[in-house]
Amino acid sequence: MSEHITSAIIAIAIGVFGILAYFWISNALLDGFIGRSKRANKEVLREQIRPWLFVGPALFFLFLYLVYPVFETLWLSFKDENSSQFVGFDNYLWLFKDPEFHTTLRNNVLWLLVVPTLSTLFGLVIAVLADRSRWGTLAKSLIFMPMAISFVGASVIWKFVYHYNGEGDVQIGILNALMVALGAEPQFWLSVPFWNNLLLMIILVWIQTGFAMVILGAALRGVPEETIEAAIIDGANELQIFFKITIPQIMPTVVVVWTTIAILVLKVFDIVLAMTNGQWETQVLANLMYDWMFRGAGDFGRGSAIAIVLMLSVVPIMIWNIRRFRQEELGR
Amino acid sequence: MSKPAQRTLPRLAAGAALTCLVILWVIPTLGLLVSSVRDKDALAQSGWWTAMSDSTQTVFERTEHPDTQIETEQGWVLEGRLEIGATGYDILRFGGSQRDPAAGAVGETVTLKNGNQLTVNADGSYRFVSPEKPWKGSRGKRIFFSYAQPPEFTLENYQEVLTKGRLGQAFINTLTVTIPATVIPVLMAAFAAYAFSWMPFRGRDWLFAGVIGLLVVPLQTSLVPLLRLYSDVGNFFGFEAKGYVGVWMAHTGFGLPLAIYLMRNYMKSLPKDLIECARVDGASHFEVFVKIVLPLSVPALASFTIFQFLWVWNDLLVALVFLGQAEDQIVLTAQLRALLGTRGSNWEILTSGAFITIILPLIVFFSLQRFFVRGLVAGSVK
Repeated sequence: MSEHITSAIIAIAIGVFGILAYFWISNALLDGFIGRSKRANKEVLREQIRPWLFVGPALFFLFLYLVYPVFETLWLSFKDENSSQFVGFDNYLWLFKDPEFHTTLRNNVLWLLVVPTLSTLFGLVIAVLADRSRWGTLAKSLIFMPMAISFVGASVIWKFVYHYNGEGDVQIGILNALMVALGAEPQFWLSVPFWNNLLLMIILVWIQTGFAMVILGAALRGVPEETIEAAIIDGANELQIFFKITIPQIMPTVVVVWTTIAILVLKVFDIVLAMTNGQWETQVLANLMYDWMFRGAGDFGRGSAIAIVLMLSVVPIMIWNIRRFRQEELGR
Repeated sequence: MSKPAQRTLPRLAAGAALTCLVILWVIPTLGLLVSSVRDKDALAQSGWWTAMSDSTQTVFERTEHPDTQIETEQGWVLEGRLEIGATGYDILRFGGSQRDPAAGAVGETVTLKNGNQLTVNADGSYRFVSPEKPWKGSRGKRIFFSYAQPPEFTLENYQEVLTKGRLGQAFINTLTVTIPATVIPVLMAAFAAYAFSWMPFRGRDWLFAGVIGLLVVPLQTSLVPLLRLYSDVGNFFGFEAKGYVGVWMAHTGFGLPLAIYLMRNYMKSLPKDLIECARVDGASHFEVFVKIVLPLSVPALASFTIFQFLWVWNDLLVALVFLGQAEDQIVLTAQLRALLGTRGSNWEILTSGAFITIILPLIVFFSLQRFFVRGLVAGSVK
């Protein structure tokens, strides 16, 4: 044990000091090599090279870990399970005939509709309520807390909520205990097709509502007071003000929150893996992909094809993000 | 807040709605916390919300040896005191057989099916009378009884999950993964963000637009190529493909887009004059960065550090793919997932295990919430 801690500390030190050493030494070398001379052309040359020393490591990592793999995955998706033979569109054809994939697609669409919408809605409601409450800060902290909990941890928490004991036994899961108290039959919830998807989604809504609440809360505070006061003078009631003045003003933020959560939803993996591992028709793309990567000896062709489907579904958001950035830069 | 509009909404209704929502949000975590410190049998037999009330246990004890019986007018009598009497717990009901362990209430005398008469008093003293024939056998007779057990809390579950559940080792492994995987991308991104905001170079805006595009790339698209790359590199140099260095690098790559984006936005908002003055005074960009920009960017650095820390600590996918799953490398989330598979109904293990995996993020989160929120807002609202 203590040996392990020592090697961990050494490893940490090497990693951290290695990166510091790179920046320091490379900059010192640049200054040394091109010479301390103040001659204009050398100064210019130095300042042309230095930015690349600064962004170099980051660009290298971005390229190796995110850019290159996208193209490699695309290429592998046209090859067979151990990537030795070119098979054309076979993996995709198989995918679109596979009934499990159909369920998966349906589930992903459900996730995309339900989770971002509910999280945004709850987040907005709580942000509004908390702003009017004396203990609003504490309330917000408590709602926000699940953001810090891992998806696996959250899965344990909720699996306990959904826990089912055989009929006649005492139900120790709170959901089934409630069912019994209300005179209904307890259920093995996670195995009830279709509805079990919603139970898994609740976990992510529970986690992401805090995020929506914080962002929307900030936007609400940014709504100019004059517009609201003007509306009051015109005799608008509270609901009218909220829906006709506040909501339109924070709409851009609502869209950002919705899309941010949507991207997260597409990648959701841990919750499904830990709760059902895709059984009982709860499969989602990210988990299906992981499954095929390691199912049996692993099928890299099919796994890659699923990853490409996932990638394609974020491309619209990606383009939208870049265009938004371009416009902002022009506006500066 | 004193916006006039807010006075018109009934305060009580808003307060009640908020209270309901908060309760709804907190209950699942509360259930986990309470269950993790409950006695393991009590946990399996009753809901966690009953943890504060007594639970009813049914057990038996043996009477004194039949040799101690006394012959009286009513018959042969065994007398003594149950050990439960010494604990001070309340005895509720009692009986003489497993089939009917609750034949009588405390203080009563009950005639059992075989004609024997049994009395158990609140202090645990009992009187067992056999009217027809003397008591026989080599051991005392069994008396069944139920008693109210007061709530009992224990840290045993934690002890067990840390040692047998191997979460102690996993905790250290997770720290080994998390610290470098947090510090390295922060440093790297800080330099890159400075260059993107204050150093003119060809293709800068184009490259930064690329970084923004990478913000949403799902890391699933990277897994297969990287897995192959790692095993090729491992084979070539003759070392194990799965290991800490590989995971640090993977987390660095996956965390960089957000890190660069957040810090560049922050650094760009610093006053232009400050940097230009320093440059005119002859400071190199390296000096300006280290001495001026970096100290001023501490809030942005802190925000992202917390992000990355939480993200890496809570990650399962990267750890499953790039780390070995043996004891020397398995991280908390992966170990908890494994427990969920093998000890699926041992809630004392799962609840205490889950709490161990979430305790450090919760501490970090609550103590640094301000920075975290600031980072979130900066990252999405522009």
